[in-house]
Amino acid sequence: MIKFTNVFKAFPKGGLALKDVSFHVAKGEFAFLTGHSGAGKSTVMKLIYAEERPTAGEVRVSGYNVNDMRPRDVPMLRRKLGIVFQDFRLLEDRTAEENVAFALEVTGARVSTIAARVMRVLTQVGLAAKAQAYPRELSGGEQQRVAIARALVNEPTVLLADEPTGNLDERATRGVFQLLRDINASGTAVVMATHDLDLVRQAPYRVIELQEGALVYDSAVDEASPRDQAAAP
Amino acid sequence: MNLTFREAMLTFKRAPLLSALSVTTIAFSLFVLGLFGLVVVNLQDALRGVEERVEVVAYLLPGAPVEAVAQALKDIEAFPEVQSASYVSEDDALARARAELVELRDVMQELERNPLPASIEVKLKPGFRDTDHVSAVAERLRGFGFVDDVRFGRDWVEKLDRLRGLAAAVGIIVGAAFAVVAIIIIGTTIRMAVLQRSREIAIMRLVGATDGFIRRPFLLQGAIKGLLGGAVAIGLSFGAYLLINRYLLQSAFFTQEQAAAIVAFGALIGLLGSSLSVGRHLKRV
Repeated sequence: MIKFTNVFKAFPKGGLALKDVSFHVAKGEFAFLTGHSGAGKSTVMKLIYAEERPTAGEVRVSGYNVNDMRPRDVPMLRRKLGIVFQDFRLLEDRTAEENVAFALEVTGARVSTIAARVMRVLTQVGLAAKAQAYPRELSGGEQQRVAIARALVNEPTVLLADEPTGNLDERATRGVFQLLRDINASGTAVVMATHDLDLVRQAPYRVIELQEGALVYDSAVDEASPRDQAAAP
Repeated sequence: MNLTFREAMLTFKRAPLLSALSVTTIAFSLFVLGLFGLVVVNLQDALRGVEERVEVVAYLLPGAPVEAVAQALKDIEAFPEVQSASYVSEDDALARARAELVELRDVMQELERNPLPASIEVKLKPGFRDTDHVSAVAERLRGFGFVDDVRFGRDWVEKLDRLRGLAAAVGIIVGAAFAVVAIIIIGTTIRMAVLQRSREIAIMRLVGATDGFIRRPFLLQGAIKGLLGGAVAIGLSFGAYLLINRYLLQSAFFTQEQAAAIVAFGALIGLLGSSLSVGRHLKRV
C-alpha cells in the first residue's frame, strides 16, 4: 500500500528532511506518525501524496512509484488517497455540500451520482443536517468533519491525516479521532501524523516515530512496549 | 464543459470588480486597435477610389478600320485583367475636351480639323491595378497594328503600389503591437485571477484535479473577457465613428464581418493571454 525504502529527502536550501526512512503500511492498517514539529512528518505525508519526490530511496503508493511518476499521474494517485489537514482547507465560498461535491466533480464523476454520494459521506461524518452551511458557520470540529467527508467521497484506499486535531479542542479532537477509527474499521487504511501523545496512547495502533528526519521507532518492528516508547520525550 | 462554464462564471461573480477591470482594459486596448482599424479601413476605401481611376488608354492611328477596332474591343474585354474596354471616337474626344477644357473652348470652336485621335480606354479589374499587370496589358495593346501609342501614367501607378505596400506594412506592425499589448494585459489579469485563487487551486490539486481541469475555467474566462472587451471596443469605436462623421469628415465604419472579426480577435487574444499566463502561474501555485 505505502512503502518507503531507504528514503532520503534534502531540503532545497541544504540539510536533510528525511534520513534513510523505511517502513511499510499495509492495506487497512492504522498508523500514527509521531514526532516533534520539524521531525519530518509532513515531509513523509508530502512524499505519499506526491507533492514532493524523494532525493534518494524509493516511495511506492497504491501501485505508483512516486520517484519517477509522470506529472499527469499525480492526480490519479491523489484520487486514491483522501487527505485531511490541520487547517481543513475548505473553500470558504462554498457550502459543506459543495465542498464535498467539488472533490467528486474534479475527478469527472457522473453528475447524476454526485448528490447521493455527497449526502452519504456527510451522513457518515454526522453533518447531514448542516449540508447547506458555509465553513464560517461551522465549528472547527465540524469543518474538519467536512474535510474528512471530502477525503472519503472518492472512496480512497488510504486516508492521510496531517495533524487533523491540531486546531481542535479536546471534545472535537475525540470526535474526529473516533471518526477516523470508524473509517479505519470499515477497511480504509489511515496514516495520521500527530504530536498529541494522549491520542496515541488511547488506541492500540501502530506508531512510527520520527526524530530530526530519522525513523527512531516503529512499533511494528520494535518489540518492546510500543506505547511507552512512543510516549517517551 | 458545464462545470468549466460554472467555474468560469463563478469568478465573475466572486471578483466582479477585478473582472470588470480586466474587461475594461481589454476593451480599451482593442478600442485603440479598432480606431486604428477604422483609419486603415477608410484609407483602403480612399485607395480603392483612386485605384478605380487606373486605366490604360490606347490611342489609335487615324483611319483605323472600324471592324478591326470592334473585334479588338471584344478581344481586349476577354483579357483576364480587364474589367471593361470602351471606344472613344475622334468626335467623342473633341466633345469631351470641349466640355472639360472650358478655357480653350474658343480655340476648339475655331478648329477646322479635329486634332484628337480616337482611343480605346481600358479599365482593369480590382486586384490587377498594379504596375506589373498594367504594364502587361499596355504591352499587349501595343501589339494591335492600328494602335499608335499606349499611356497609363506609370509613375502614378507605381506610387499607388508603394502606398498600398506601406499601408499594409504599417497596418500589420501597429496591429501586431496593439495585439501584443492586449495579450499582455489579459495575461496580467488572468495572473491576478490565478493568484487570487491560488488556495483554491492548491485544494483542487489535492483532491486530484488534473492541470487541464484547473486550466479550462481560466481559459474560458479569458476568452469571455476578450469577447466582452471586443464587444465594448466595437461600441466605443462606433461612438468615435459617429463623432468623427459629425464633426470631422465623412468616413466608413467596419462591415459586420469586420466587426465580428474584431470581437472574435478579442476572444482569441483572451484565450491566448490566459493560456500563456495560467500555464506559467499554475506551476508556481
